[in-house]
Amino acid sequence: MSPAPFYLAGERLLLDPSGALFWPARRLLAVADLHLEKGSHFAARGGRFLPPYDTRETLARLAPLLRRYRPARLVALGDSFHDAEGHARLAPADAALLRRLLDGADVVWVLGNHDPVAPEGLPGQAVAEWREGPIAFRHIGGATTPEVSGHFHPRATAPTRCGGVTRPCFVADARRVLLPAFGAYTGGLDARDPAIAALFPRGARLFLLGRDRLYSLPAPPAPRRPATGATGTALP
Amino acid sequence: MGTLPEPFAGWFAARGWTPRPHQLALLRAAEAGESALLVAPTGGGKTLAGFLPSLLDLHRAPRRGLHTLYVSPLKALAVDIARNLTAPIAGMGLPVRVETRTGDTPANRRARQRADPPHLLLTTPESLTLLLTLPEARALFGGLAAVVVDEVHALAGTKRGDQLALCLSRLGALAPRARRVGLSATVAHPEPLRAFLSPTGRAEAVRLIEARGGAAPEISVMLPEGHLPWGGHMGLASAPEIHRRIREARVTIVFVNTRAQAELIFQALWRLNDDTLPIALHHGSLTVEQRRKVEAAMAAGRLRAVVATSSLDLGIDWGDVDQVIQVGAPKGVARLLQRVGRANHRMEEPSRAVLVPASRFEVIECAAALGAIAAGELDGDPPRPGGLDVLAQHVLAMACHGPFHPDELYAEVRRAAPYADLPRRDFDDVLRFVEDGGYALRAYERFRRLFRDAQGLVHVRDRRVARQLRMNLGTIVETPMLKVRLRGGPVLGEVEEWFVSTLSPGDGFLFAGQALRFEGLDGLTCVVSRGAEGELRVPVYAGARMPLSTYLAARVREIIHDPRRWKALPPPVREWLRLQRRYSALPEPDGLLIETFPRGGQWFLVAYCFEGRLAHQTLGMLVTRRMERMGHGPLGYLATDYVLATWSAFEPTDVEALFEEDILGEDLEEWMAESSMLRRTFRTIATIAGLIEKRHPGAAKSGRQMSMNADLIYDVLRRHEPDHVLLRATRREAAAGLTDVGRIARLLARARGRIRHMRLDRVSPLAVPALIEHGHEWVAGGAEDALLAEAAALVEEATEGAEIFAGTLAAVAESVHVRAGMVDRPRRPRGKAPRRSGSVRSAARGAARP
Repeated sequence: MSPAPFYLAGERLLLDPSGALFWPARRLLAVADLHLEKGSHFAARGGRFLPPYDTRETLARLAPLLRRYRPARLVALGDSFHDAEGHARLAPADAALLRRLLDGADVVWVLGNHDPVAPEGLPGQAVAEWREGPIAFRHIGGATTPEVSGHFHPRATAPTRCGGVTRPCFVADARRVLLPAFGAYTGGLDARDPAIAALFPRGARLFLLGRDRLYSLPAPPAPRRPATGATGTALP
Repeated sequence: MGTLPEPFAGWFAARGWTPRPHQLALLRAAEAGESALLVAPTGGGKTLAGFLPSLLDLHRAPRRGLHTLYVSPLKALAVDIARNLTAPIAGMGLPVRVETRTGDTPANRRARQRADPPHLLLTTPESLTLLLTLPEARALFGGLAAVVVDEVHALAGTKRGDQLALCLSRLGALAPRARRVGLSATVAHPEPLRAFLSPTGRAEAVRLIEARGGAAPEISVMLPEGHLPWGGHMGLASAPEIHRRIREARVTIVFVNTRAQAELIFQALWRLNDDTLPIALHHGSLTVEQRRKVEAAMAAGRLRAVVATSSLDLGIDWGDVDQVIQVGAPKGVARLLQRVGRANHRMEEPSRAVLVPASRFEVIECAAALGAIAAGELDGDPPRPGGLDVLAQHVLAMACHGPFHPDELYAEVRRAAPYADLPRRDFDDVLRFVEDGGYALRAYERFRRLFRDAQGLVHVRDRRVARQLRMNLGTIVETPMLKVRLRGGPVLGEVEEWFVSTLSPGDGFLFAGQALRFEGLDGLTCVVSRGAEGELRVPVYAGARMPLSTYLAARVREIIHDPRRWKALPPPVREWLRLQRRYSALPEPDGLLIETFPRGGQWFLVAYCFEGRLAHQTLGMLVTRRMERMGHGPLGYLATDYVLATWSAFEPTDVEALFEEDILGEDLEEWMAESSMLRRTFRTIATIAGLIEKRHPGAAKSGRQMSMNADLIYDVLRRHEPDHVLLRATRREAAAGLTDVGRIARLLARARGRIRHMRLDRVSPLAVPALIEHGHEWVAGGAEDALLAEAAALVEEATEGAEIFAGTLAAVAESVHVRAGMVDRPRRPRGKAPRRSGSVRSAARGAARP
């Protein structure tokens, strides 16, 4: 697994092929859209029993990252739980595992639209957004100053000589980095979608997640009048 | 024959009819209180035979309440039968009321039917399931005397059939004395159909009545006057001949194999239709109203022809059809006979039909099919065990009807033939799945849908569960569809969402027989206007992408292998086979021909095994696994009845090693689990079992990026609970699409040392038809990452511009070719250079890009 360096506000950040972002100078690890307890959300709301292993799976993805980067601070970029009561539904074993993982790091829960309240019984502080040096960490991006955000679950299709290959991706330009969703039950939104393209009016660079590295492709600027999704081509 | 009492005898006589032997045989079975299966060709008076005992009984002893339940696979058929029964009932003045109940029945009539049921109720498996969930089901069905299942052959062996079998078993518990009558077209295996109907799940309990004979059909093959295409399924070249034949006959049904083909043929016929013959279009994606309109016009004799897909395969009686034209290869002999039987609905007269092969390869298939018909061979799948996903739905439905004891429900389920061998463990696991998901991690106990009382009876928790069940009922899992609406006009029908996602505003496509211009999306509706220009696309449907087995592999192989039999083939086909011999090689009986060639940036490998689709499917898994190991970067494969084709990112070089017997030792489990085949199977199973919500048209999605994806659920469940009941069901069902390894072993043993590998610079004549087939399967190996790396490296080399990148990519795709001097050339007879026929390339370009 080799991360790709990316410079934002003059700071060297590492984009990890797992979809996380690491800032070596500050020993800060950021992940977006964990959507923990999404499976149990459906059982609680509608009697639809999705496999209750999504939290476990997401934590299993997080664990090696924490081991490798040993961050001083972990920033969860919002929608960490699928709903406001999600933290209360954690299975005891998963809750214990989560606490063990978070032990030793400063945890920052950036609040998202799915989890607008602080998770009870878990370490860390809940904030609307987190500032660290020149960079802001928030759930939904859109500011004109350097920021790292989540929310959109971006993915993109790369053209290859054997047809398109679709992967979750980072979307980045000189001002912001948009992280892919990290959770096990999270789908994706095409990076060409006007909602994402609007954040990158002058085009962006896409970093598609691969098995052990990222694949970088350019995304051209969004058309001036973003009318329908079909006209906004972020990719050739 | 005089065995019918008045007024029946008089009614028959007034029409100059005499009761047919099988009608009387069914009557005798009914009087003995026995269940029976009637197997008769189309036009044998099957439906009347099925209802005659009930009508006689109600005439002898008039009564109130539901007497006979009729179940048909098609709503339209139920409606049509109801109409046809009205005439004899009114004519004889019988005290009998007939009504239908389908998804289209208005709520007030449903309520009335519950309070005051008709004597004969005509319905579908889905509506029957709904009736059985009602608390008053016992009162409604308690007095039932007979259940008639029409077109049993079309239901048994499918998931809808599983559902119906479970319902029949429940009816057997509610009304133990009700006899069962099955009506079936001629089939290869009547035994499983008897078992399917049987109240015990065993065939012996059902009397078999076979109406033999009927005149042999007259089937001819018609070729286009001009060029006969190399490959393809469309048959457009034959449009002038088809149109001429429509003009010469009274009423014609033009059967095609896919909806896309129906659109194209319909369009082609109308372009020629200077005398504006009334020709209509009928397929499953048109709106119900539009289909009903066509059916009514056909019944009223206002049409000269209708272009139809399998939407018209089953029973509706059109009366005057005197010609059937089958465009494209007949996919299966039984299916061909059924379609042919649509002409001339009278058993004594021969049905006339014309086969119109769409390509040179299909000419051989048609010849093989005619050979099989002449030899009296039928095809069909052997029975398979019932699906656990359908059982899950049924268990919940039964709980909604009322509390049950698990032991009793288990016994009842096992009386349905598809579940006769259901292990108790599977039943218990399904019950637990319905209860709380059935996971080893008991996370959902407090959210249970069912609870057990002190006596061990299982209850539903609340009414909400029943509502949820009704939303999810049924075993047909549709791909997401979007409505097609004319701007400021009516809805024309539906196309698949992914097809719309490939359209840009201004693009033209052909639908509902019209050239339409895509304007944009309005919510879940695809808005179009009339009169598109330029090149038109044709929507294809996932249903049509499923490969159809023809069962004709052995006969086709014999014809291709034996040049002496070629003289029965038309000249263009002989020429095509000769060209194959010149350009590549012919598959030989005692060897295995394998071709490799580059195309569209990928490498193709085509192996001419002729072992049937199931065997090739299995072989495809094994060979691609080995290719992955050897670093060829396999992307997917396609199994037809005749060949296995694979495509990969890199050239498969050591082809012999790919077909060595030791590939059987490959560990397939992980490889298969990642394949599109297993993922697709899981999606269907998870939807039917109620794990994933059925998509309801009009229901807005709650945020696109959050939509729950079956693949994600599959991945998580597989990693954390590989033995979960839905995964067991998925593997079992996928296994039914594969064949036993023994057969593969024999194939590989036979091929050992006899593999003839031809490296070509492009597709060979014989490979063209295979590459156009539908039913591609994807495999998940390292190829995707390799290709991404390649693409990313290209970007690095190119300047930043996207256009330049696209151009570079195209250049790379084109540069994938064999080096000069590396191409195998067959012994070239007398120095005649192989003709570089443009049609190969143009046909290949039309192929679905895998």
